Amino acid sequence: MEPKERIDILLVGHPNVGKSVLFTRLTGVKTIVSNYAGTTVTYTRGRLRFEGKDLDVVDAPGVYSLAPLDDAARVTIDLVDRAERVINIVDATHIERHLPLTLELLARNRPVFVALNMSDEARHLGIEIDVEKLSKCLGVPVVATVGRSGEGVRALMESVMGLPRHDTVAVGESGPAGRRQPRPRRRPSQQTPGHGRFSEEEVWQRIGRIVNEVQSLHHHHHTLGERLAEISVHPIWGALFAFAVLVSSLFIISALGGMLVSGELGPKDSPWISLPFGTERLFDAFWRPALETLAVSLGEESVLTRLLVGHAVGGHIDFETSFGLLSTGLFVPFGLVLPFIFSFYFVLSVLEDTGYLPRLAIFLDTIMHRVGLHGYAIIPTLLGLGCNVPGILATRILETRQQRFITATLISIAVPCASLQAVIIGLVGARGWWAVGLVYGILLITWFTVGFALRFVSREFRPELLVEIPPYRVPVWRVLFSKIGFRLRSFLIEAVPLVLVSVLAANVFEQLGVFRLAARATAPVVVGLWGLPEQAILPLMLGFVRKDVALGLLAPLALTTRQLVTGTVVLAAFFPCLASFVVLFRELGARDGLKSTAIMLAVVTLLGATVNFGWIAVSAVTRMWVSP
Amino acid sequence: MNERPLSHLSSADEAEIVAIKGGTHLRARLNALGIFEGQRLRLLSGVGRYGPVVVIVNRAHVALGRGMAAKIIVRVAV
Repeated sequence: MEPKERIDILLVGHPNVGKSVLFTRLTGVKTIVSNYAGTTVTYTRGRLRFEGKDLDVVDAPGVYSLAPLDDAARVTIDLVDRAERVINIVDATHIERHLPLTLELLARNRPVFVALNMSDEARHLGIEIDVEKLSKCLGVPVVATVGRSGEGVRALMESVMGLPRHDTVAVGESGPAGRRQPRPRRRPSQQTPGHGRFSEEEVWQRIGRIVNEVQSLHHHHHTLGERLAEISVHPIWGALFAFAVLVSSLFIISALGGMLVSGELGPKDSPWISLPFGTERLFDAFWRPALETLAVSLGEESVLTRLLVGHAVGGHIDFETSFGLLSTGLFVPFGLVLPFIFSFYFVLSVLEDTGYLPRLAIFLDTIMHRVGLHGYAIIPTLLGLGCNVPGILATRILETRQQRFITATLISIAVPCASLQAVIIGLVGARGWWAVGLVYGILLITWFTVGFALRFVSREFRPELLVEIPPYRVPVWRVLFSKIGFRLRSFLIEAVPLVLVSVLAANVFEQLGVFRLAARATAPVVVGLWGLPEQAILPLMLGFVRKDVALGLLAPLALTTRQLVTGTVVLAAFFPCLASFVVLFRELGARDGLKSTAIMLAVVTLLGATVNFGWIAVSAVTRMWVSP
Repeated sequence: MNERPLSHLSSADEAEIVAIKGGTHLRARLNALGIFEGQRLRLLSGVGRYGPVVVIVNRAHVALGRGMAAKIIVRVAV
């Protein structure tokens, strides 16, 4: 093991208890926060300045227990043993469920401080907790906090830092309380899970006593959130609810994204909303004149103009097809993709923060089992619709290697990212909405078919679902927008350079004639099986770097709708973009990464051929039908 | 008499857990979510015939697979 770094303050608690919110409050380091378990899959480190001292703060992954049952627990145990001070975050609405972890932490002889988080929610639910009594029962300081508003955080830090280092005497809020630690008789299981049932029961009894002493419940009426919680897992209402949520999500994503691009919402001739801006208009009004001046001053036919501005058709620049670094290279990421990324993440973040996603996961569990996954795999998959990279990373919330493998492979094959979708809507949508529907339909069928096949090939035991469903919460808009900002930033940092590189590569390859070579090698498949023209080979190759740019390159080729649909589907399923590919290998390891790639190549070859020949067959049949 | 697996509980029944027929690993996982012998729970919903079961334990909603639910024996309060 590497030399251990010192940790001044460690945050430990159950999943979805608000560790990350508190961590952000303490350190200012932005982490992704959602309303479901497992958002923090590894630990995050940050620095905090408190009264002139620089402190290392670490946000541990969420764990229910320190029994080393999984990676998250093992990581956390290691962190606890290195920590000078441990802040144990306890959900004030369910202390009886969180105290076992607190007792386990106490047994490890570290100075523990309890943050009784979500105390506002507890108050709201009619739960009253006597903080001082709890502090006495546990023998450690307890501070009520509200991570979302920051209430009590200062008091918590004062309490934490009021303790001299290495001192094991804890000072409770109500005054000094000796460390007559309520220790479970036996140390909670170190090696084997559930080791010693007797002590387990004892722990629960002890907790029962503490809870009875410190907590009093008042009657409260069902909140709207609770009503909704019941509806959304009901067999019939839940289905309608899920359908309504998905349809309205898709509508909001496409309407908001489209509006940010064109500045208009509604039918073309009489839009309902017309904004004075929109990325298309901004590019037209400000960027086009600048580029046209540049083209004139550099000489319309010079190599530099070709590279920077692209093919200026009759002095006019087409932002989507000119293919210069400064025209298409900037328009695709900023003008076309960014608005859709924003609207996608806006909707996704709302779904995440309200707590609907885990409910959808439970609802889809039965369907997902058909493809060898359980319902929670829907979360990485939905994230993959934004960008495959975080989608593949999020597969870590799944338990087994196999689940991760299937989910990640399916994401990289059949889940188009928002960048690609923006271009699909723009380009394929120009041929009619039915064509867009067809592309999505084909990808959905591919997702199911490949998943179904993978399930049969691999016979590993599929673990069953066992999760706590978080209550519905109203999103905190500040947290939500900072999360969107975080995701937009990482899109810009990761995607823009790659877009520029692939536009540059497209120009250079064209000049060098590289693609003629590649064309000869791959023509049997691309032309013979997929029915695409030879010129489509270069875009397909570039798809490895950036999908949106590649699809943009298909645009000027005058493809038939059959070719465009085939090309789009192939492009979506073909190698995920460079960034996702790297992450795929990193997450799965070289062996499974190669396996996943092999599956992808086989699927793409078959898929392109099926769409192509399927289309030809269907149109032949309909022609016979129409003209006897 | 009134004892049956959780998977066979009908809607909105209040029940008490009397036994968990599982290994130590399953017991530990259930335990972490507050599901253990003696605990009271209420069924919120079952998604379809094969889908997961959602129960309310200690005011928390917990979803568990059918197979797991079948291993949890509960006594229905009369």
